[in-house]
Amino acid sequence: MSAVFEQIFQVGFLAAIIRIATPLAFATLGEMFSERSGVLNLGIEGIMLLSAMTGFTATSLSGSLWLGVLVAVLTGMLMGALHALFTVALGLSQHVCGIGVTLFSSGLAYFLYRLIFGQQSVPPNIKGFETLPVPVLSSIPVLGPAVFNQFSLVYMAMLAIPLAAFVLYRTPWGLSVRMVGENPRAADSAGVSVIATRFQAVILGGALMGLAGAFLSMAQFNAFTFGVVSGRGWVAIALVVFGRWDPWRSAGAALLFAFVDALQLRMQASGLGHIPYEAFLMLPFIFTIVAMAVMSRNAVAPSALLKPFRREER
Amino acid sequence: MPAPLIEMRGITKSFGAVKANEAVDLSVAPGEILGLLGENGAGKTTLMNVLFGAYAPDAGEILIQGEPVRITSSADALAAGIGMVHQHFHLAPRLTVLENLLIGIPGKSGRIDRVGGLARLAEIGRQHGLTLDPDLPVSALSVGEQQRLEIVKALFRGARLLILDEPTAVLAPTEVDGLFSALRSMAAQGLGIIFISHKLNEVRALTHRCTVLRHGRVAGRVDDPANTTSAAMAQLMCGHEIVPPARGPSTPGVEVLTLEGISTSQHSGTPLRDVSLSVRAGEILGIAGVSGNGQRALAEVISGVRAPDAGQMTIAGQKVSRFSPREVQALGLGRIPEDRMTTGLVTNLPLADSMVLPRIGTAAFSRKGLLKPDAIRAFAEAQIKAYDIRCPGPMTRAGALSGGNLQKALLARELAFDPKVLIVSQPTRGLDIGAARFIHEKFLDMRAKGCGIIVIGEDLEELLVLCDRIAVMYEGRIVGTLDSADATIARLGLMMTGAEGHS
Repeated sequence: MSAVFEQIFQVGFLAAIIRIATPLAFATLGEMFSERSGVLNLGIEGIMLLSAMTGFTATSLSGSLWLGVLVAVLTGMLMGALHALFTVALGLSQHVCGIGVTLFSSGLAYFLYRLIFGQQSVPPNIKGFETLPVPVLSSIPVLGPAVFNQFSLVYMAMLAIPLAAFVLYRTPWGLSVRMVGENPRAADSAGVSVIATRFQAVILGGALMGLAGAFLSMAQFNAFTFGVVSGRGWVAIALVVFGRWDPWRSAGAALLFAFVDALQLRMQASGLGHIPYEAFLMLPFIFTIVAMAVMSRNAVAPSALLKPFRREER
Repeated sequence: MPAPLIEMRGITKSFGAVKANEAVDLSVAPGEILGLLGENGAGKTTLMNVLFGAYAPDAGEILIQGEPVRITSSADALAAGIGMVHQHFHLAPRLTVLENLLIGIPGKSGRIDRVGGLARLAEIGRQHGLTLDPDLPVSALSVGEQQRLEIVKALFRGARLLILDEPTAVLAPTEVDGLFSALRSMAAQGLGIIFISHKLNEVRALTHRCTVLRHGRVAGRVDDPANTTSAAMAQLMCGHEIVPPARGPSTPGVEVLTLEGISTSQHSGTPLRDVSLSVRAGEILGIAGVSGNGQRALAEVISGVRAPDAGQMTIAGQKVSRFSPREVQALGLGRIPEDRMTTGLVTNLPLADSMVLPRIGTAAFSRKGLLKPDAIRAFAEAQIKAYDIRCPGPMTRAGALSGGNLQKALLARELAFDPKVLIVSQPTRGLDIGAARFIHEKFLDMRAKGCGIIVIGEDLEELLVLCDRIAVMYEGRIVGTLDSADATIARLGLMMTGAEGHS
C-alpha cells in the first residue's frame, strides 16, 4: 500500500491537480458572476464545448494560439449574451433557456466541426500551449515545478481568482452585481440598471466559460473531441454552490475537486487493477454529491436567483 | 409662502380602463411637510410612483423649483433630488449598511469609496440624529433601523424632497416619535417632505398641509391639519361620513379557547414564552404588539400549524392533543391567516376551490374520495351572494380578486361553519374603510352569536374599537391584558415596548 501512496504523492501529482483545476476555476468563476447577478446559467456545458471548438478551429486555421483564445472568449461572451437575452431581457425560465443554450451550443459545435474538418480517421490536432516556467519561483523545491512550471492560461486562472474577488467586493460594479442578485428592486430604485448589470455579469461569465473551453482544447488535450468537456460545466455549477457564491471558496472547491480527480487518475494507473477503472471515474462525482449535500445545507443562494426582473408591475 | 420645491400639475395616469390619477395637482414648499391622504386605491402610490419615475404619466407635468423636468427613471428622480422611502424597504438584507448606501454611487479610481461613504454617513448622523453602524448586515437591523437606513439612503444621495409611503405602519408608538422628530428636523433645515398615511391622528400631529385623494382625483386640501377634526378629514377621504361600528356591552359566556403555559422553539421568528390566555364565548380579545414579537407563532399554534414545546390548549373544553389544522378545525376553530395570498388561498385556482379547501374532505364536498363539484360550486355561489363578493363568478381565479373581496371570501368560508372560536390576523390590513367596516360588522355579529374571537393586529385604534379586552405581546410573552375601557393608545404603546401592564 505504501508504494501506491509514494507513487501518488509526488511533484507530478501536484502539477496535475493544478492543471485539472484550471478549467474548473475559470468555469466556476464564470458561473459565480452570473449567479451573483441572479441568473443561473445552465448553458455553461454547451458554452464550454462550443468555445473549445471555435478556439481550436481558429488556432488550427491561423496557427496563432492567442487568436484561438480570443475567439473562444468571444464565443463565450456571445453565448452569454444569448442566454441573457432570453432570461434577462425577455424574462424567460432560466432552467429551460440554459438547457436550450447547452443543447444548441453542443449541436452547433459538432456540426461546425464536421463542416470544417470533415470525417477523419485520426482527429486533427494543434501544437498547443507549452509550459512556461516562471523565473526564480519555478526553482522552489517541489512547489516550484508543480505550480510555477505551467501553461500561461494556468497563471491567468491564478490571477483571475483575486481579481474576481476584488471586482465583486471592492468595485461599484461588483456591488451592483451583488445588489441586483439580492434585491433588484433596491438596485433599481438606487438608479442602477438591473437589466444592464445582469447582461454584463452573464457576458463576463460567458467569457470565463470560454477561457475554460479554450484551456481544454488548446492546452490540456490539444485537440477537439466530442467529449472534451464531459460534464465539467455541470460540475462547475455544483462547485459554485459548494463555494457559497464566493470567488475564493469557489476556487478552493475547484481545487478540492481537482485533487480528488487527480487522485482517481493515479489510482487507476497504480496497482489497484482488479477494480474496474469506471469505479475510480465515479470518485470525483461522488465527492461532489457528498460535498454538496453537506455544504449546501447552510449555503444561502443569492435571494433573487432565478427571478426575472420587470419594472412596471402592479 | 416660499416658492414650491416641487409641483405636479394635472397628472393623469391610467392602467387600462382604470384612471388611477386624474388631473392631480400637488405642491411642496421647502421646509414643508405635506400629508398625502386617501383610501387604498385612491391613487396615492401611483402618484408617488409617477413622481419617482417608475410610471410615465399620460398627461401633466412636474416642475422642480419652477423648471419643468422629465422624470422617466428612478435615476432621474434621484438626480432631481427626490428620495423615496417605500412601504416595503428596498434593501438587500445580506449586504452591510454601508454597501446598501453606496449602491449606484460611482467609486473613487475604480473602487468603492468607503472612506467618503463613512464620512457622509457620520455627517448625516450628526445633522438629523440618524445614526447607524455601517458594517452591520441589514438583516441584523430592527425594522425601525431599516427605515432609518432608507431615509439616510435618500439623504445620502442629496435628496431635497423625501417621500415616505406609510412609514409608521411598521413602527411601535415610541419609534414613531423618533421618526417624527427626525422628519421635523429635516423640514427645519429646508427639506420638503411628503408623508403618505391614512392614520389621521399622525397626519394631524405632523403635517403642515394636506392633499386628499379620492378615486384618483384631488378631493380636497386641508391648510391647517392640526386644527381640523379627524372626522372632517375622513369624510374628505371617503366622500361620506364614517360612523364607527357600535360595540354593545359584552355578555361573555364559557371559555371557548384556553392556552396555558404555551412555549415554542425558535423555528422561525420570535418563539412564544409561557403564554397563557383565554377567550370566552361572545368576547373579542385583541392581541396588540409590534410585529415580530411572537404574534405569528401564536397564530400558528392556535391554528394547529405548529405544535408547542410545552403547555396546553383547549378548544370548547376539549384538549388539543396533536396540533394539526384538521384537529383544531374539527374542534370548532376558524382561522383567517395574516397573509391572504400565501396561506389564505390558492391564487391560481378558482375561487370556489379555495373557499372549500379547509373542508375539502368533509361529507359536504366529497364522497368516497371524489369531489362533489356541484356542491362546491353551489356553496361558493351562495357565499359570493351573501357576502357581496365582487367577482365574475365562483370559477374566477382567486388571485384576480381585490384584497377586500378576498378577505370577505375568507371570512365567508370560515363563518359558514359557525366556528366556536375565530382567530384572525391583521383582519383589515390593506383594505379600504368601506371593506374594513364590513369586516368589523361581521365580527360584531359573530360576537353577538356567542363566538369567541381573537384579533391579532398592529392598528391600536382598530383594536380599541373592536375588542373587549386587549393583551399585549412583547418578545414572545404576554406582558399584560387590559379591559378596553381602561386601555388607551398611550398605555398600550408603553406596554408594547415591554413595560409591564396592570390588568
